[in-house]
Amino acid sequence: MGKLFAAIVVVVTLVSTAVFLSHAWWMPADISVLGVGIDRQMTETMISSGVLFVISQLVLAAFVWRYSERGDGRPIRIFPGGAAPMVVGATLLVGAEIAVLSLVGSKVWGGIFLSRPDPHALQVDVQAEQFAFYFRYPGRDGRFGTAHPELVDDASENFFGLDPANDTTARDDIVSASLVIPVNRPVLLSLHAKDVGHSFYVPALRIQQDFVPGLVIPIHFTATKITKQEIVCTQLCGLGHYNMRAFMEVMPEKQFEQWLEEQAPQ
Amino acid sequence: MPDMSAAPAVPSGESARRAAHAPRGFLRKQVFSLDHKVIGKQYLDLALAAVVTGMVLSWLMRFHLGFPDTAIPGLEKLAPNAAAGGIMTPELYLSLMTMHGTLMVFFVLTTAPFAGFGNFVLPLQIGAEDMAFPRFNMMSFWVTFVAFLVLIAAFFVPQGPPLSGWTAYAPLSAIGKDAGPGQGTGQTLWVISIALFCVGQLLGSLNFIATTLDLRTRGMTFSRLPFSTWAWFITAVMALIAFSVLLPACVLLLLDRVAGTSFFIPAGLVASDRLQPHAGGSPLLWQHLFWFFGHPEVYIAILPGFGIISQILPVFARKPLLGPRVFVACLIAIAFLSYTVWGHHMFLSGMNPVSATLFSVPTLIITIPATIVTLLWIGTVYGARLRFTTAALFCLGFISVFVTGGISGFFLAQPSIDTYLHGTYFVVGHFHFVMGVAAMFGIFAGAYFWFPKMYGRMLDERLGKLHFVLTLIGVYCIFMPMHWLGLAGNVRRYSAFTDEYMQGSLPLHRFITIAALFTGAAQLIFFFNLIWSRWRGSPAPANPWQATTLEWSVSSPPPPDNFGRAGAPPVSHGPDEYGVAGPGGDYVMQAAPPQPATA
Repeated sequence: MGKLFAAIVVVVTLVSTAVFLSHAWWMPADISVLGVGIDRQMTETMISSGVLFVISQLVLAAFVWRYSERGDGRPIRIFPGGAAPMVVGATLLVGAEIAVLSLVGSKVWGGIFLSRPDPHALQVDVQAEQFAFYFRYPGRDGRFGTAHPELVDDASENFFGLDPANDTTARDDIVSASLVIPVNRPVLLSLHAKDVGHSFYVPALRIQQDFVPGLVIPIHFTATKITKQEIVCTQLCGLGHYNMRAFMEVMPEKQFEQWLEEQAPQ
Repeated sequence: MPDMSAAPAVPSGESARRAAHAPRGFLRKQVFSLDHKVIGKQYLDLALAAVVTGMVLSWLMRFHLGFPDTAIPGLEKLAPNAAAGGIMTPELYLSLMTMHGTLMVFFVLTTAPFAGFGNFVLPLQIGAEDMAFPRFNMMSFWVTFVAFLVLIAAFFVPQGPPLSGWTAYAPLSAIGKDAGPGQGTGQTLWVISIALFCVGQLLGSLNFIATTLDLRTRGMTFSRLPFSTWAWFITAVMALIAFSVLLPACVLLLLDRVAGTSFFIPAGLVASDRLQPHAGGSPLLWQHLFWFFGHPEVYIAILPGFGIISQILPVFARKPLLGPRVFVACLIAIAFLSYTVWGHHMFLSGMNPVSATLFSVPTLIITIPATIVTLLWIGTVYGARLRFTTAALFCLGFISVFVTGGISGFFLAQPSIDTYLHGTYFVVGHFHFVMGVAAMFGIFAGAYFWFPKMYGRMLDERLGKLHFVLTLIGVYCIFMPMHWLGLAGNVRRYSAFTDEYMQGSLPLHRFITIAALFTGAAQLIFFFNLIWSRWRGSPAPANPWQATTLEWSVSSPPPPDNFGRAGAPPVSHGPDEYGVAGPGGDYVMQAAPPQPATA
């Protein structure tokens, strides 16, 4: 049985490692400025963890294969040096790995979530609700109209609860079911939820951020490729969670300006 | 490890009094019993009922994900509205997922390894006649049983069970039926069930702590305490703190639902076209309270497994555990650190991004004691004389799956990578390996090891080994591919994958479904073995494994008062003296007389 166990562990380890190395299932191509750092961090973690995974499993398998009871009265043997080398080795090796990953990783994380957005970033107000995303642009005046929860009415497509009759800043706000942004220009999203928790996830952007009711959460990024991507919800929000999606269209600046013009309320 | 002097054993006068008042009648002996052994078995039977239910739910979910257009036979009859034509609706899928997670985390992974085995074995291992507070012990089980019934009742209420997951994030869980089907009565029952469960575990953990501190037999110093008892003791301390936080959190959530309070609900929410009549609450407060419980809960599920593996592995390796003091120190370090890491579940929740870095560091640091423990087990296998019983195989399997699950935690502990993997199947694969499969392997190891002591009969070893091999292959086929799905950005908690970029994952989902059904079928071997061997297994001797701890010094099953009127014998030896010349072979039992000093 020991040899069978060892064989299963070896096969599982080698097959799993081969699939990871093949990238048969892997992250989609990155389309953002900050994704480069995340991808590097992922690769470094994959290599260091992968080496630990393979060594641990193969050593376990080798020991199990080797040290079965044979009824020959062979005495037991204590691991050379006892537990001390393991404590020192694990603390130094894993500690060093932790230190490196933490230092590099916190820089990457800080670049996404702690850095200030570009002052000229395109601002988009994003509302999540069961089971859709809506995107609001400030219009020609560059200012968002005030949202009034009591005026929210999906039937008349007043998703944000705007009051254009009394609020002049709301009159030129543009509301879209898709996130349309220009390529290579920083974008600042302000995320807020209408009902329950949701999340904003675009794998190719390498960005994910929850919408939390009661909070307005900023997140900024720059898309570097002209593309159309799905935005999906990753925070369980109810029965239509699986189907909650929108599209993000990244287009050339001129085309984007033209799109904005076309969307402007008449 | 402190060499604290042991408390005296239960006085013989007390023992005589108990013997004179031994319970008679089926109800007092088997149902409302005060005997820790009966209560332990009741917990294990409850966990068995929960795991069967939870597993069937997972089969239904997996079948739907793998074959979304194929009707599930009989499902329409069970749920005519939620599964018309045998195809489940999205809300039924989420309800099954919620109930699966809740049953498995609370009623299986907490109940079986901690309350179940702990109750049966701990007093025997320390030489006590019973738990310190037998009535609290009985109450603990029956409150947990009622909690289970309340949860199951959610299947039968209009609109069905809740769909907000085992984490019940507010405000989805707080605003009532405006949040969707299942969020009415079903969610209320969920909250009541979990609050009751907390009460049961608080009573149980107090008992474990008091029993370990006060009822050890003569000579059972902390340095001679069996590793499984160490783990149950430390787990009890963790449970006492963790469930003390979850209980009031559940009460607050219940008040938000039924009394109009707003602990977790902010102002200005519009759900089902209705402005919600709440203001001033914080959804993040629920997340903080829940995960302050929730992350230690991961270790409440797995630490008993650590103890069980460290207890059983030396028995079948025929050598002592490598670094016993280091092992106990690591358990204590893990228990302490587990209370500093809860925010890693909330990296993307909108809390201050600086705190993500602060929560990330202890999350990574906790891997150091976990790595050391793993190395101690592998080092114990080195130079061993391994006897490949089913219990030993599950110990070895535990090491393998724990390594796999632990290593994938390295990714999720880093906020900069979690920003991609959070909310994907990578997380599902990770936690199923590390707290699901590993904890289950600990339970299986414990079951094959202590079954003879519980029922006086042996489990069939051939069936056990077949069960082990199929399960080991099966769990790797289920949960390793989930990591690949996560890398491809496949989102969890989806009842169908309609997004274009997820279409490439569908064949892998089908493979996982087939593997899950195959592995589930393999568990039928275990269930058959349990039932058949309980009455037809070969009779078990007192010490079938040539083990050293005190439970193996009494008959199988033990007498009602465990050690007879004289009480437990004094202890003169450590818990894992294997590979030495003893009176019965290559081991010395803890209760063996002290060896004469050599000149």
